[in-house]
Amino acid sequence: MRYLFSLAILLTVLWLGISGVYKPPLFVLGGCSVVFVVWLSRRMDVVGVEHNPVLYSWRLPVYWLWLLWQIVKSNIDVARAALSPDKLVRPRVVKVPMKLGSAVGKVTYANSVTLTPGTVTLLLEEDHLEVHALLESSAASLESGEMERKIAWLENHK
Amino acid sequence: MVETMLAVISGIFLLTGGIFGILGGIGLLRFPDFYSRLHAAGITDTLCAFLIIIGLVIQAGLALVSIKLMLILIFMVFTAPTASHALARAGLAAGDDPATLESEPMEIAPLGSRGEPPSNS
Repeated sequence: MRYLFSLAILLTVLWLGISGVYKPPLFVLGGCSVVFVVWLSRRMDVVGVEHNPVLYSWRLPVYWLWLLWQIVKSNIDVARAALSPDKLVRPRVVKVPMKLGSAVGKVTYANSVTLTPGTVTLLLEEDHLEVHALLESSAASLESGEMERKIAWLENHK
Repeated sequence: MVETMLAVISGIFLLTGGIFGILGGIGLLRFPDFYSRLHAAGITDTLCAFLIIIGLVIQAGLALVSIKLMLILIFMVFTAPTASHALARAGLAAGDDPATLESEPMEIAPLGSRGEPPSNS
């Protein structure tokens, strides 16, 4: 029930944010759509399935800021490599061990690795990632395991 | 005064974003193989798009358009890595081995659904 309410509130905010035309007939239509989508989601049994307490933690925005900083740094590295590929480009496949337990943690890790330019996840296994790294620096930052520690920190909040 | 400053700041963001877009394009053309080129495309997916959208948000100010722009940003952050990963997997499935610069084919764990490389007879 809690999830149904939070879904309805989220959808209402989304509708208000996107619509831009605030007239009574449209409010009725918007309200009907919200109710319809909540009813559909309940029938599909998807309400609350993806619920993750991390979403309500203050650590998530901190992680996003840190990830943004990593993305900016690696963007500059790859952009520099684009100007002199002969000197800087050292593509290789790196096997990165991973201790993260939960499925969400693993996916977050794989997605964050792919999101930073210079590294693309090729394969996500139980206990390791296979990553294609473009530069020496991108492979080195991956092997330092800093990103994995950040995600473990993100997940270990209580 | 404030408006000029906002226009200048947003211009700087848009210009830097554009420069990164061009650099991504240069990388896309100059990098040696399929997988390296994915990384160049990653520049245009991330920093280039971030900077352009932030520049546009500064120009729009506190308006509904800004909410829509931020939604675009959020969707890009979640879909871009999925697309890159799908491309990389498709390359592996097609039998294109990521090679190092010394052209030593690296050992890759076999994928369950990995197809045979195209016959070169």
